[in-house]
Amino acid sequence: MTTTTPAPAIRPAAPSRPRPHAPESGPWVGRPVDRRDGPTKTTGTATFSAEYQLPDLAHGWLVHAPIARARITAIDDAAARAHPGVLTVLSHLNTPRLKPSPARPSLLDMSTMVGGTRVDYLGTDEVFFDGQPVAVVVAESLEAAQYAASLVQVDYAPLPATIDFAAAAAAGRATPVKQSLGMPTLVGSVGDADAALGRAAHVVDLHFTTPGHNHNALEPHATTAVWDGDRVTVWDATQGIDWFRKHLALRFDVPVESVRVIAPFVGGGFGGKGSVWAGTLLTVLAARVTGRPVRMALSREAVNRVVGGRTPTRQRVALGADADGRLTSVIHEAVLRNSPVGGGPEQVVGASGDLYASPHVRLVTSMVTLDLVPNTFMRAPGESTGSFGLESAVDQLAHDLGVDPLELRLRNEPETSALHHRAFSHRRIRELLHVGAEAFGWADRTPGGRRDGSQLVGHGLALAYHPAWEFPANVTLLLRRDGTALLRCGFQEMGMGTATVQAQVVADALGIPFDAVHVDYGDSDLPIAPNAGGSTQSASIAAAVLRSAAKLRRAVSQLHQRPGESLAQTLTRVGRDVEVSVGSDVGVGAAATSVRFIATTLLNQRRWVRAASGAHFCEVRVDADTGEVRVTRWVGAFDIGTVLNAKTAASQLRGGIVMGLGLALTEETVVDGRTGRIMNAGLAEYHVPTHADVPHIDIHLLDDPDPTMPLGVLGAGEVGITGVGAAIANAVFDATGRRVTDLPLTLDRVAP
Amino acid sequence: MRPVDYVRPLDVAEVLTLVAERPAARFLGGGTNLIDLIRQGVERPDTLVDTTALPLAGIDTALGGGLRIGATTRNSDLADDHLVRTRYPLLAQAVLAGASGQLRNMATVGGNLHQRTRCPYFVDRESPCNKREPGSGCGALEGIGRSTAVLGTSDHCIAVHPSDMAVALTALEAQVELTGPRGTRQVAMGDFHLAPGETPHLETVTQADELVTAVLLPPPSLGVARYRKVRDRASYAFALVSVAALLDVHDGQIRQARLGLGGVATTPWRAHAAELVLVGAAPTDEVFEAAAAAELAPAKSLPDNAFKVQLARRTIVATLRRLRADGSAS
Ligand SMILES: Cc1cc2nc3c(=O)[nH]c(=O)nc-3n(C[C@H](O)[C@H](O)[C@H](O)COP(=O)(O)OP(=O)(O)OC[C@H]3O[C@@H](n4cnc5c(N)ncnc54)[C@H](O)[C@@H]3O)c2cc1C
Repeated sequence: MTTTTPAPAIRPAAPSRPRPHAPESGPWVGRPVDRRDGPTKTTGTATFSAEYQLPDLAHGWLVHAPIARARITAIDDAAARAHPGVLTVLSHLNTPRLKPSPARPSLLDMSTMVGGTRVDYLGTDEVFFDGQPVAVVVAESLEAAQYAASLVQVDYAPLPATIDFAAAAAAGRATPVKQSLGMPTLVGSVGDADAALGRAAHVVDLHFTTPGHNHNALEPHATTAVWDGDRVTVWDATQGIDWFRKHLALRFDVPVESVRVIAPFVGGGFGGKGSVWAGTLLTVLAARVTGRPVRMALSREAVNRVVGGRTPTRQRVALGADADGRLTSVIHEAVLRNSPVGGGPEQVVGASGDLYASPHVRLVTSMVTLDLVPNTFMRAPGESTGSFGLESAVDQLAHDLGVDPLELRLRNEPETSALHHRAFSHRRIRELLHVGAEAFGWADRTPGGRRDGSQLVGHGLALAYHPAWEFPANVTLLLRRDGTALLRCGFQEMGMGTATVQAQVVADALGIPFDAVHVDYGDSDLPIAPNAGGSTQSASIAAAVLRSAAKLRRAVSQLHQRPGESLAQTLTRVGRDVEVSVGSDVGVGAAATSVRFIATTLLNQRRWVRAASGAHFCEVRVDADTGEVRVTRWVGAFDIGTVLNAKTAASQLRGGIVMGLGLALTEETVVDGRTGRIMNAGLAEYHVPTHADVPHIDIHLLDDPDPTMPLGVLGAGEVGITGVGAAIANAVFDATGRRVTDLPLTLDRVAP
Repeated sequence: MRPVDYVRPLDVAEVLTLVAERPAARFLGGGTNLIDLIRQGVERPDTLVDTTALPLAGIDTALGGGLRIGATTRNSDLADDHLVRTRYPLLAQAVLAGASGQLRNMATVGGNLHQRTRCPYFVDRESPCNKREPGSGCGALEGIGRSTAVLGTSDHCIAVHPSDMAVALTALEAQVELTGPRGTRQVAMGDFHLAPGETPHLETVTQADELVTAVLLPPPSLGVARYRKVRDRASYAFALVSVAALLDVHDGQIRQARLGLGGVATTPWRAHAAELVLVGAAPTDEVFEAAAAAELAPAKSLPDNAFKVQLARRTIVATLRRLRADGSAS
């Protein structure tokens, strides 16, 4: 829908935003309020999953298979068992089997999608990937468990394994993926893109590769579990309290009500804690078998071996354009990988159907199946790598045509989405390009780069784009006669500032000060929150908060509210507290919510394309002798709809860009193609950006509500990382004249 | 981690008695390398002999105008020392280019000299490695090998020596002081580290019953010097190539040149062949190119590390040009 809203006012993100109101009064939404969890975390008083102290706590440690495909032929755990302090060594020889993971995920119960792998851990003698846990040692101390794990001898009979992604893709072993209804775009076609490419006046046809990436959040995956009869309490580093709870109930064959999952604080997730991996399951299992509370915090190496990461990609992006640079054909093909025991496609090609106008589009995704730990969600799965291909190709087209890449993008700005001819709920890419260009000084650069001593300086730009989704959320909201409010919702604080931001929403919705709002979160005993994934959580919870506030207002109005009286004043006068709830967690109510969710999602998808978007502008310096690339300046202009909190929003976007620097320049999961073993399973060799790699990042926010989203929010968690790889590659091209199409942009790829 | 005994002796004599009785003992400096390797099951000592209470920390001027650097001096103290910074800036730069602030605060000079390779096949107990388990084969020869060496390799091992500090010490012609039951001896840096040959598990001349007690620096040489480290990120990454270079140009002629290379060789590499080309010649780009080419002529590369030969050549030339400019400016 093209709206007629006037061009939005541009505000710098943080820290300063006009504050026309006294600090205690609203509106609170939008203000750069400090995160409530900030002092808790910086003073070390926030308790994480591996820090809960329980009497008789035992410690678990994993034994990993060092082989990609095999059958276990023998396990000798005598030495491990004999080590002082060891309680038991669990393996498939002696451990009760878990119930299987759901065979087919269903939209109606999305917790069916939460299993990281389908491996029947400790229930099978089969090994499906190098690093698969094959035994768990439980001991009185962490040290005893660790050492005893090294004493467990496992013999294997190797099975043939397929592990080399490039070889499998080149051998044509990739199978095309089918598009499922309601899911992100993986496949699609309009017109005849190949014929149009053949006729085009200008053609860019490039092949790209991006490597796999591993999750390396600050906090490793960690679980503490304690059983009481058939009831279990699990403290877990999870992005999805409710889905984890349901999955555990299923696997351990107990009613959902018997499982309590607690996760107030999670030390970074990025998708890596969105699925249930071996550590969680095996800790709960070890606690059940030993009858003791058990804690297991994975080592950094174990996180790298048992938790999936981003799929590597091989992409082809072909663009056809007329003499004026208007696109006539967009082809984006991607080969990805999954595993026989899990993983799935990532939306690498999706944005290519939305981002530019073109009468002909063809998008294809195909997969090879490899005997490696399955791939999983990782910040902007697909969009982050696919945007590298698309936005590099667009830059190349601009160069071939001799047109400013900014101008080329303006020329190809669509009225409706190219692939589905759908309306945009809201689209501000022109403004973003202008705002970003202005702040960066794009017009003042020297196209083609310049030399400064031994360094080549170049500038690049790329668009950022991430679809917006919305999930059902449940909350209760209590307003007390003393003017304070309590919001209860079972989300977790993962560093985004969710509790702070939702308190801002409540304060405005009820007309009370921010400090009067308390938020309870981080526990499955609370109303169910959606997963923190897909940049959906803020918008989804805000929608439920708004509905609960409306309900609460109605309830108060029935208490003879007097004209001009605030909600709190009425309650004070009548001496009552009022609590309302939104959403239903159980039974028919929950099923109805699911059905309604599916119906609205499909309907909304048919009506609009909804997405957060952005424009990245960056400067790089390339050492002319060595090819070292250092990024020296960054401006990002973003449209994330309404800005709920200018500070946390800017932090999310900055964090996305920093993670994008890793994707662009250094990060790569190195797998030995002979063995399927990850050879850089640690932070010394898996290179994430250091502070010295991160330039000042200047964030600009349009703060223009999306008319179709709750509170106008589009989600800020992932859009920041999209386009970063291309922006840097384009700047490197500007500086050196070399179009590097393989990530990461290490110096051997860039060097002259 | 394996159970292990821990002792923290107060003097060197006590250390020598201890290690004479316990051949599987290991010295513990800052532990930044050794503890990781024990955790990974690569090193399996039965005793850790902590060196940090020994009276070996500190930096003093030595007779004849050099410096004596005690073996337990922390890397951060070394880089921060006024004498080192003013008289041997090459060394201070090299130390600061290594690891991270936190690691340098812990790491000792003795530990840095003995730090082990970061070759992924060496640190992974599940992979074959002749250095870790003599005779088990080399995983890197046909494996992934972006980090591996192109100089000083053998059919048994192509692992890179990872130290930055040691490369600078090599170029500075430092001596390593070793103390053992037979007394004290000095070994030139150039002889201290051993090429892998058929015995890649032997890395230095230090014997099991010997301890490094100091590093001795000769008086500073004339000329200008610089440490240039090329790496995958701006900080906290090992060198892909590093060059420790010293150049003394007089009347249009190179009077002295010293060149150490890191990241490309199995030991901290002294580029003698390049120095031979440089000394006595005019400091021209062509001479620099010829020097680099002479040093790298014997380089043996694999597909993954072939880029290092070009990278080393270009970094040597660029560093020498930079020194030429520095020299004419001063
Ligand atoms: C993540 C990471 C990144 C790093 N990056 C770099 C880098 O970029 N550049 C670089 O140069 N280094 C780097 N390092 C390595 C670091 O410099 C070394 O770990 C450190 O110098 C070792 O010193 P230490 O005192 O901690 O040694 P320890 O770990 O205590 O000991 C190392 C070895 O030295 C032996 N040893 C110790 N003292 C003596 C002695 N007096 N006599 C005889 N033997 C002795 C020990 O027995 C052991 O075998 C990095 C390390 C890490 C963990």
